Amino acid sequence: MGDEMGTPAIDLSTYNELKDTAGAEFVVELVDTFVEEAPGMLSELRSARTASDADRFRRAAHSIKSNANTFGALALGALARELELKGLAAEPAGDDPAIDALAAELARAGAELKGLCHG
Amino acid sequence: MAELGARLLVVDDNKVNRLLLSRSVEMQGHRTAVAENGRIALEMLRVEAFDLLLLDIEMPEMDGFTVLEQLKADVQLRDLPVIVTSSVEGLDNIVRCIGLGAEDYLPKPVNPVLLKARIGASLEKKRLRDQQKELVRRFATSEVAQDLQQSGFALGGKRVHASVMFSDIRGFTALVESASPEETIELLNSYYALMFEAIGSHGGVVNQMVGDGLMALFGAPQPLADCAGAAVAAALEMIELIEQFNLERSAVEKVPMHIGIGIATGEVVAGYTGTQTRATYTCIGDTVNLAARLEAHTKVAGRSILIDDATQRSLGVGVPVQALGPVPFKGKAAAVEIFAVAAGPVA
Repeated sequence: MGDEMGTPAIDLSTYNELKDTAGAEFVVELVDTFVEEAPGMLSELRSARTASDADRFRRAAHSIKSNANTFGALALGALARELELKGLAAEPAGDDPAIDALAAELARAGAELKGLCHG
Repeated sequence: MAELGARLLVVDDNKVNRLLLSRSVEMQGHRTAVAENGRIALEMLRVEAFDLLLLDIEMPEMDGFTVLEQLKADVQLRDLPVIVTSSVEGLDNIVRCIGLGAEDYLPKPVNPVLLKARIGASLEKKRLRDQQKELVRRFATSEVAQDLQQSGFALGGKRVHASVMFSDIRGFTALVESASPEETIELLNSYYALMFEAIGSHGGVVNQMVGDGLMALFGAPQPLADCAGAAVAAALEMIELIEQFNLERSAVEKVPMHIGIGIATGEVVAGYTGTQTRATYTCIGDTVNLAARLEAHTKVAGRSILIDDATQRSLGVGVPVQALGPVPFKGKAAAVEIFAVAAGPVA
């Protein structure tokens, strides 16, 4: 889903609604915060995976899902939700493809959001 | 409007969520503080006053479920309204939040219009609850209010060891005749303010006021280590306060006021009596009757404070007590040993 490069990462109607209710200036601040926090959330997900800590893994995926939904990053939200619900795979390497896909979609969503609010 | 300018605590481990929720709440005219997890939130709640909590569920260190459990177990915080804002998966988790006392549940991302409505409703409910508590406090005592909050209301009593005090104003009828109604009420208010102060400062509770008389309990509803000692100490302070009050009255050429106090100690049945719709917290039993008789007997004996044998035996050597011998009381088969606590004779 996230690999369809033709589809925008951000659902515009969700994003515009956020901008209307919270204010354009505030959304810039919010997007900047998200982009700053994103690498930390991703590394938390990876390190929870390495440590096989199911609670931390679920929480990290949950956190990314929550932010994705706020900004209308639909594909990112779906990938994160999948990890949150599925939990850890039996063996560590089993989660790598999904985490990599999520990382790519996270980067794409962040860049698109930056473009939207600064553009 | 009570809901304007309320103070909310936003608890969420995610920074974007904290920012966005705070922003939504502040745009509605409220003030916010933020906490990153449940542990920090509880620490803040125990030192600062908040009107409402916006609580996330999935958090490191302490999650929202644990926060709800701890709030419920805390007498000071159990009435704080909580709105859970979470994107936690599963209906069972939402049910669990409500079961743990959350006022409401809002899924993330939180719809600002819905949030505003829920915050308004929660604050209004809190305002009504605060008002109710204030009423209970005014017409009961804070101890009874606390007992009601902790154990709920149930008619029925339990046996407790306590000291019971009766006190009233000597020659009150003459005092009333010499004053206007306004003056009388003002006099009574001053008298009650002084008596409440003396009784409360020794751990006692005034549970009845009738005209110029009052009944106070030491050791119920909350237990008191030395209830007899506390009751006598309160009685001595009451006499002292009345003497000071009389000095002020004589300065404006008012007649002095005198009180008589009776104290008895022993087992009493304490609890709520009345009907489901109208009840009062009280104590009944021989100890209560004896305290009332002792108070009435202060007029006969010409003493300010009379106590029974059980009270006298609990007192330390520091309190001068004089045995007045056995006195036959109405309703008592045998004569009762009574004692006067030295506080000067009744004029």
